[in-house]
Amino acid sequence: MSLLTPVLSAHWDEKDSFTIEGYKRNGGYQAAAKALAMDPDALIQLVKDSGLRGRGGAGFPTGMKWGFIPQGDNKDHYLVVNADESEPGTCKDMPLLMANPHVLVEGVIIAAYAIRAKNAFIYIRGEVTHVVRRLNQAIADAYKAGYLGKNVFGTGNDIDLVLHIGAGAYICGEETALLDSLEGFRGQPRLRPPFPAIAGLYARPTVVNNVESISAVPAIVTNGAEWYQSMGTEKSKGATLYSLSGHVNNPGQFEAPLGITLRQILELAGGIRNGHKLKFWTPGGSSTPLFTDEHLDVPLDYEGVSAAGSMLGTKALQIFDETTCVVRAVLRWTEFYKHESCGKCTPCREGTWWLVQILRDLEEGKGSEADLQKLLDLCDNIMGRSFCALGDGATSPITSSIKYFRDEYIAHVKGRGCPFDASKSTLFAEAK
Amino acid sequence: MITVNSQLNADVMNSIVERYPRKRSAIMPLLHYVQSISGFITNEGIETISKVLEIETAEVSAVATFYTQYKFKPTGDYHIGVCTNTLCAIMGGDQILDSLKEHLGLENDGVTADGKVSIEHIECNAACDYAPVVMANWEFYDNQTVESAKALVDGARAGNPPAPTRGPSRLVTFKEASAVLAGLDDGLAHEGVQAGTATLLGLKLAKEGK
Repeated sequence: MSLLTPVLSAHWDEKDSFTIEGYKRNGGYQAAAKALAMDPDALIQLVKDSGLRGRGGAGFPTGMKWGFIPQGDNKDHYLVVNADESEPGTCKDMPLLMANPHVLVEGVIIAAYAIRAKNAFIYIRGEVTHVVRRLNQAIADAYKAGYLGKNVFGTGNDIDLVLHIGAGAYICGEETALLDSLEGFRGQPRLRPPFPAIAGLYARPTVVNNVESISAVPAIVTNGAEWYQSMGTEKSKGATLYSLSGHVNNPGQFEAPLGITLRQILELAGGIRNGHKLKFWTPGGSSTPLFTDEHLDVPLDYEGVSAAGSMLGTKALQIFDETTCVVRAVLRWTEFYKHESCGKCTPCREGTWWLVQILRDLEEGKGSEADLQKLLDLCDNIMGRSFCALGDGATSPITSSIKYFRDEYIAHVKGRGCPFDASKSTLFAEAK
Repeated sequence: MITVNSQLNADVMNSIVERYPRKRSAIMPLLHYVQSISGFITNEGIETISKVLEIETAEVSAVATFYTQYKFKPTGDYHIGVCTNTLCAIMGGDQILDSLKEHLGLENDGVTADGKVSIEHIECNAACDYAPVVMANWEFYDNQTVESAKALVDGARAGNPPAPTRGPSRLVTFKEASAVLAGLDDGLAHEGVQAGTATLLGLKLAKEGK
């Protein structure tokens, strides 16, 4: 039996998988019809029972999040889907939306109905023209079919869905920055509480969920909570998309039950590129502390990765082999965090700037051993001291790389430069 | 009544505003719309948006300058972004960016004298399983090499760029792409593949029982 369990990805190999015809041929929109005949509270309970947890990184139980929305408060409620996928290494939501935007639209209909929201938004990053086309077409076709708009499915419920297109800002993937951006302001995080469930978009109760979380809902409605519970591990239920990239023979998307290991995924992917060996990897994007070849058998679920000192994050498995300079890799991520820091909180704004200066010196052979302690002190003063987790994420690659590869930093200091040949790491190195 | 210049269409702008429960939320698509007309954010565009949304021009500028996709000088017809975030950089993005800058005689954020091509280094574009990645007008060019990236910019300068790997059958211009990002329909959603090879790898292996 295969280790893989394609659910979201089950029909991606059909040429018209992104069309409403293709989606309906495989049972599309039947889950929404079924859900709209149910009591909204029963739907929330179903999602709670399924064990579905947020797939955007934090892993918060989705049904519980929906349950936080006050009911009978006579206020507008909003559903906002976070499609701002920008965490370095993360590449699951964009191919999902290119291949099957309708599964998200159907999930939106069900979720909006469950939390009694008449207005839903999808906030998609702006740097993906063709994904925007596909999603906009899907929404237009769903309106035409009577699945969105007034009196959806003839049930008397109104659900409007607006696609909001971003313009290049990693921070807008943070849910409160996303809401500020959607309101028409600079995308900067808000202090919490109040949480979005109480005062979100336009200060109204709002659920913000990741694309993959909402897209998982139609299958849960169709097959039931027990079916979803049958996959995964004790506290991490269901299947999810693992995105394998970097120095492997066959990168790609692997939909598997939570708890699969990197060793198993690498075996499926034909291993590390030929003639090379694993050096370090991220379990869930650049904000999750690095792992090494010691961690090949860590169960990739929320608890397993956490127990091993990192985070499951977005399940973005970025693989680097022994040709890669870890200092160069970490410097580049740090430059990214510095660029993307929104500037609101001083520890993150100033701290990421200083981290870059020190790391750049180290990579260029102008650093000293004392710089390592200075980096760790800076990280200590950034961690947990800002409104959002961007600054925290910036410290992850630094502290974890110093933990596992201190000798390599020292080699840069002693050798007065980078001991690696960058050309050997490229995809086209072998061909030359 | 809002008077706008002859090129910014008031009906289009109003239709964008009407998507939202509150007007101000329309600021980002309106800025994309300005770029679809001018190729960058003009002072006139900022003034028009401030009138449409009934907010100060400084408020519009404050938002526009926050987001890197809004440009304050003309872009090329084909705006090329080379991903140099860690994974793509290490897989060859750094070499691709260096060679394109040299090939075009441009620095980062530069535009060719003929106005055809502009270039910038970009951050992770959610296509890491196709690294190294190059974007042209925010369409995907997967698994690039120095040679294929040069062929892309040479084709763009000659007016016949190769088609995106995962995108429509022809590369639209920066202004045309900006209209899509303003949420306007260009009728090309059905073109191109539904998924690339890497996207389908897990599904293929599952079907083979692996």
